[in-house]
Amino acid sequence: MSALPVIDLKDASSFPSRRVEAWKYSDLRKYLREAPAPSPSAAIPMTGGGPFEGLGGEPMAFVNGRAVGVNTLMACGTQTVRLRLISKAEATGHATTARISARAGAKLLILETHEGEGSAYVAHNRLELDVAHDAEVTRIVLADEPEDAISISQARVRVAPGGRYRQTVVTTGAKLQRLETEVTHLGQGADVRMDGLYALTGARQADLTSVVDHTAADGTTSQLTKGVVRDAGRGVFQGKIIVERGADGTDARMGHHALILSERGEVDAKPELIIYADDVQCAHGNTVGNLDQNALFYMQQRGLPLDEARALLTEAFLIEVVDRIEHEGAREVVREWLTARL
Amino acid sequence: MGPRDKPEGDGFQVSRFNRVLKINNLHVSVGDKPILKGLSLDVPAGEVHAVMGPNGAGKSTLGYALSGRPGYEAAEGAVAWKGEDLLALEPAERAAKGVFLSFQYPIEIPGVPALTFVRTALNAQRRARGEEEVSAPNFLKLVKAASEKLRMDFDMLKRPLNVGFSGGEKKRMEILQMALLEPSLLILDETDSGLDIDALRIVADGVNAMRSPERAMLVITHYQRLLDYIKPDRVHVLVAGRIVASGGPELAHQLEADGYDQYLPAAA
Repeated sequence: MSALPVIDLKDASSFPSRRVEAWKYSDLRKYLREAPAPSPSAAIPMTGGGPFEGLGGEPMAFVNGRAVGVNTLMACGTQTVRLRLISKAEATGHATTARISARAGAKLLILETHEGEGSAYVAHNRLELDVAHDAEVTRIVLADEPEDAISISQARVRVAPGGRYRQTVVTTGAKLQRLETEVTHLGQGADVRMDGLYALTGARQADLTSVVDHTAADGTTSQLTKGVVRDAGRGVFQGKIIVERGADGTDARMGHHALILSERGEVDAKPELIIYADDVQCAHGNTVGNLDQNALFYMQQRGLPLDEARALLTEAFLIEVVDRIEHEGAREVVREWLTARL
Repeated sequence: MGPRDKPEGDGFQVSRFNRVLKINNLHVSVGDKPILKGLSLDVPAGEVHAVMGPNGAGKSTLGYALSGRPGYEAAEGAVAWKGEDLLALEPAERAAKGVFLSFQYPIEIPGVPALTFVRTALNAQRRARGEEEVSAPNFLKLVKAASEKLRMDFDMLKRPLNVGFSGGEKKRMEILQMALLEPSLLILDETDSGLDIDALRIVADGVNAMRSPERAMLVITHYQRLLDYIKPDRVHVLVAGRIVASGGPELAHQLEADGYDQYLPAAA
C-alpha cells in the first residue's frame, strides 16, 4: 500500500492541497485548480540523446507522455537504460508510466532525465521499479525544467531480499516540482542508498520527498540530501524512514543539509524516523545555514575574490552528494551538469 | 651600506621609502570594543619584526586588520605597503599585492582538496597581477619540491584542505602555501601554537627560507620561544592596542624573564 497519495492528472480532485500532510509544503492545488488540457503529440528531438548520451545504453523515451518505444523493461545481466522524459508542451499536461524490473542478479543502471523544452506545462511521471533478489539498480535523475513548469515525479521502488538500490536525484527545480520516491524493503538484507541535490535560483521550487519502509530484518538505508537556495528559491525536503515491527537489525541514516544564500530563500525540512522494532540503529541530521564566513575570509586572504570563494565553497558543499555516485561515467556527467548550472 | 642607503635626491630614497610596511595611528574596534588604539609601526622590506604582547592586547586583530577581515575595518589611521594604501583594498586584492596572513587556527575547507585550493589561489593572484596562470604540471612540480622541504606527505595534499589535519600539519600547510604563493609581506599569527619542537623547527626553517631583501615579515607571538628559531631584527611590545616599547632581539628575552606587567600601567 502506498503511503503517499497517487495523482491522476485527468482528475483535479486527486490534486493534493497543503491540507494533505505529505504535501503541506507543496500545495499542488494552489498551482493547479483544474485538470490541464492534454498535451499534443510531439516528435522526439532529432538532435542529441540527452545529457547521458555519451554513456550509451538503451533509450526509453517519452515525449509529452507518449512512449516513443517500449514503456516496460525487464533487465537481466548488466544493462544501462536511458529513461528520457521529454516535455515539449506549452501550457498543457501529460502523464507517463514506466515499468522497469531488474531480475535476480541483474545489474541495471537507469539514467533518467527530465528534459523540459516547452513552457508552463504540467508533467506527471510515474515509475514502477522492482529490484529482485540480489539485483543491483542504480537510478540517477537529472531534472532540467523551465521555471514556469509544474512537474511531479512519483517512483515506487520495491527491493527484494539482498537487493541493492542506489538513487541520486539532482535538480534545478521548476515553478512547482515534486520528486517523490517511495522505497519498500521487502526482504532481509536489502541495501538502499538514496541521495538528493537541489540548486535553486529565481523563484524556483523543488520538493524532494521520500518514504523508506523497512518491512524485513537487516536492511540498510543511507540517505544524504543537500541543497543550495538563492534569490527567492524554495527547497523542500521530507524524508520518512519507517522501521516496521520485526525489522530488527535495520541500519538507517538520513541527513539533509542546506545553504540559504539570500534573504528571500526558503528551505522547509521534515525528517522523520518512525521505529516499531527494538534492535535498530537509526540516526538523522538536519542543518540549514549560510556559507562559513571564516572559510570565506580564509579563501579571500589567499587571493580568491569573494565571488570565486563563494562558488568554490558552494560547489564543495554540494559535490559530496555527487561523489557518492559509484558509477564513474555517470558521476562525471552529473558533476559537469551541476557545475555548469551553479 | 647597500645601494639603497644612498643619500637623498638620486631616486633611491623614494624606492626605499616605498618598500616599507607603514602602519600609522591605526584604530580598530571589534563590535563596539576598541582594540587597536593608535598603533604605529614601520617594517622595512628585508627585516623581520616581532610583535609581542599579552592575551587581549590586539595581536590577532592587527593581523586581521592588515589582511582585511570583515569586522576589523580601521576606524582611523593608515596602512601602506610599498606605497599602496592597503585599507582601500579587498582582502583578495591585498593578497595579490603580496599580503599573506598565516592563521593561528587555519580553517578547514571541506570538499576542496588542498592542491586544488592552492592552485586556484595562486592563479587568482596571478590573474589579478596580469600574470600568466601556472599550468597543472608545472604547479605539481612546484608543490612536490615545496612539500619535500617541509617533510609533508604529498598524498595529504589530495585531501580536503586542513580537514582532519593535526595542529602541526595545519601549520605546515600554511607554510607550504606561503612558499608557493611567494608573498612579499608575511604576517605570522602565533605560528608556534600547537607545535611540538620538531614541527616548530621545520616550520621555522620554512619561514627562514622566505627571508629576502624583498620581503617584510611581522611575527606575532605571545611567547619568546618562536623567536629562538625565527630571529627578529626588531621587537615591539603591544599592550592594550598600542606599541609601548621597541628594541632589538634582547627585548624578547627581557619580556620572557620579566613578563608584560611592567608595561601595563603605561598603557592604562
